[in-house]
Amino acid sequence: MRAVNADVVIVGAGGAGLRAAIAVAESAPSLEVALVSKVYPMRSHTVAAEGGAAGVIKEGDTLEDHFRDTVSGGDWLCDQDAVDLFVEDAPRALLELEHWGCPWSREADGRVAVRSFGGMKNKRTWYAADKSGFHILHTLFQTSQQYPSIRRFDEYFALDLLHDGKRCLGVTALQMRRGERVAFIAPAVIIATGGTGQVFPFTTNGAIKTGDGMAIAYRAGVALKDMEFVQYHPTGLPGTGILITEGARGEGGILVNRDGYRYLQDYNLGPPDPWPRRKAMELGPRDRLSQAFWHEQRQGRTIDSPAGQVVHLDIRHLGEDRINERLPFVRELARAYVGVDPVRDLIPVRPVVHYTMGGIDTDIDAATSLQGLYAAGECACVSINGANRLGSNSLTELLVFGARAGRNAAQTARQASTPDESIWRDQADASFQRVDRLLASNGGETIAGLRDEMHEITEGCAGIYREEGPLTDACRNVAALRKRYADLAIADKSATFNTQLVQALELGAMLEIAQVMLHSALARRESRGAHQRLDHPDRDDERYLRHSLAVRQGEKAPRIDYRPVTITRWQPGERVYGGVEK
Amino acid sequence: MTERTIRLEVFRYRPEQDDEPVWQSYDVPCREEWVVLDALNHVKDHLDGTLSYRWSCHMAVCGSCGMRVNGDPMLACKAFLRDLPDRIRVEPLDHFPVERDLIVNQDRFLDSLSAAKIWLIPRKPAPEGEEYRQSPGELAAFRQYSMCINCLLCYSACPQVGLNSGYLGPAALALAHRYNEDSRDGGRLRRNETTASNEGVWECTFVGECSEVCPKHVDPAGAIQQMKLASSIDWLARPFRRKDPPS
Repeated sequence: MRAVNADVVIVGAGGAGLRAAIAVAESAPSLEVALVSKVYPMRSHTVAAEGGAAGVIKEGDTLEDHFRDTVSGGDWLCDQDAVDLFVEDAPRALLELEHWGCPWSREADGRVAVRSFGGMKNKRTWYAADKSGFHILHTLFQTSQQYPSIRRFDEYFALDLLHDGKRCLGVTALQMRRGERVAFIAPAVIIATGGTGQVFPFTTNGAIKTGDGMAIAYRAGVALKDMEFVQYHPTGLPGTGILITEGARGEGGILVNRDGYRYLQDYNLGPPDPWPRRKAMELGPRDRLSQAFWHEQRQGRTIDSPAGQVVHLDIRHLGEDRINERLPFVRELARAYVGVDPVRDLIPVRPVVHYTMGGIDTDIDAATSLQGLYAAGECACVSINGANRLGSNSLTELLVFGARAGRNAAQTARQASTPDESIWRDQADASFQRVDRLLASNGGETIAGLRDEMHEITEGCAGIYREEGPLTDACRNVAALRKRYADLAIADKSATFNTQLVQALELGAMLEIAQVMLHSALARRESRGAHQRLDHPDRDDERYLRHSLAVRQGEKAPRIDYRPVTITRWQPGERVYGGVEK
Repeated sequence: MTERTIRLEVFRYRPEQDDEPVWQSYDVPCREEWVVLDALNHVKDHLDGTLSYRWSCHMAVCGSCGMRVNGDPMLACKAFLRDLPDRIRVEPLDHFPVERDLIVNQDRFLDSLSAAKIWLIPRKPAPEGEEYRQSPGELAAFRQYSMCINCLLCYSACPQVGLNSGYLGPAALALAHRYNEDSRDGGRLRRNETTASNEGVWECTFVGECSEVCPKHVDPAGAIQQMKLASSIDWLARPFRRKDPPS
């Protein structure tokens, strides 16, 4: 084992992790940052975000509007103090990125351009064509390189937190290149590992989105909050699940069923104006649009495709020039992966698992219940997203709360000393022994076999609509998978880039996360945002205007606790979209 | 849908057991719409869990899965089987040390990024509370070069990268050019310290393969030629300049 001392350890080098690292380097240049990631930073999944990042900058738009869109978009499960902080900090966070060179798309006068996005009352989504996440990630990565205090540990797979029950002391990791065991020791740790879409079979999320960081916090006794809320993005390509950005609809794209009919008008989202009316029709929130697809499919009005039922996204009327300027990646992806050219053809799309609203329970300072442990980005739940995130809030979130986590972690690190080896040594040994045991396994179960069974359970029982019976079965079945995981077969015994061992570790995390999602979903007997229960179709503020908190109980199912939502100034009301909304 | 079986011949190298690389063949039943990456994933899941390679996004933007497919550097997630014969040879990218199987050591590229100062060096301080003004035309001047996904296909294709281990390489130079051409940036002369050095643009012999293989049409070769021109002008202008502009 090798010990690496640092002041702040950051796990994950995507948008949130990089932003946090820069915040530490800027606010406290003398502090050493260890930036630990299982992939090179530019491979992180922030890279795949397309549409843009929300922040009020244009005249006529207001922070209050952004606040209200976000809170009602989240079906009132957002903490309003956090949303206020978020919308206020958003423009500054996006400007900062502009100052670092992010190639935001521009107006003719040289100001940044903004586009419409789902659930947003005004145009406020900054974009870099339809590669916004890619440019944000690369801008952050390139900017981070000029700070000598940021030391990168690329392709190190984080394993377990080191802690004494009250304070965080560091994190263990496996260096993938040589299989070396490394203990990163620091008084402050930030988890920024992103989402966990790979728990589902059909997802926009890359292979690396396996919820490792969430599982690391959960195993250390930190609660996972609101994990029943999983976002289906309404427009993914069939087969691959590749994302077709909401920006396509922001620019004026429409959705039609097999009859060429704009079906969203039948789901309280109309009237079907010929122009894109904000907060209506195709610019409604993602949960509503994905639910509408589910109903259309049940009624036989979707379209057969070799890879399942689809509806059509039509952007032909935008014309080739506008498509090339604003949506070049959409065109490239559609041509390559489904063989249609959106300039002339309809794009087949269907809902696809996209985002985890829930995550590591943090307060608005990005702090967790474990002193010295912070979390930011998709792996965290502050919560600004509530029961349904609005498109283009998450890129901004990782900047605002990534920076916040970095500054606060720096503050903690300044006041603390390096933890003594006698406190963490046994824990580190235990963590590495867990890996040794896994590496030695020669059981009867395969990684792909268990993963496929997990996928069947999550897709079958925790999809767009859920209900008691199947969820109860699913909870039982996933518990059985966790048992069988102990009997895994690992053929690869190598210390050099053992990707099978990494897959096994990822599967272990995903099984825990799946179990948390299912139990949280079973316990929430109401319908709110992205969590829809066929057997409890209404929102129930009396009982469930609360965050769920899943607390690990060893090998057993999690305990689900609840905490009130912070409502500062806008009492729960009806979510209204379509022509009714002025 | 008719199912087709392809033979994947994969470069294997496991340093703990192989003295030298070996070829291993797998027969893979595949679907019409698959890419090479899907075939590799089938091998990993069902035929041989020890095969190692990098991948993540499966949509040609994370840059992880660069490898050689029948000799050509490609993204495995965008190499469609329908465009390939029934025997497909898969090898790691050329000109990088192989760590294991299809995984190469990319330290060289990452070192080039910091050596060439691939970040914005502001021409003037950022305006308080607002953005730098940048016209769509000014954006267009560098936008193409900002599209590099760091997949390193160009390093595999470039003969100079193979000949000179110190050469910064096409992607790093294209990214330097990206910032040089950004209206907000004033760091060109500082970058020239490396990009116009022996390891920089003058190493390029304008074979142009880098631009041929680039999956994002970044055109590193074009960027490098423009940098050569700019650096020549700088050199000619040198005796007449009183001092370097602030950077």
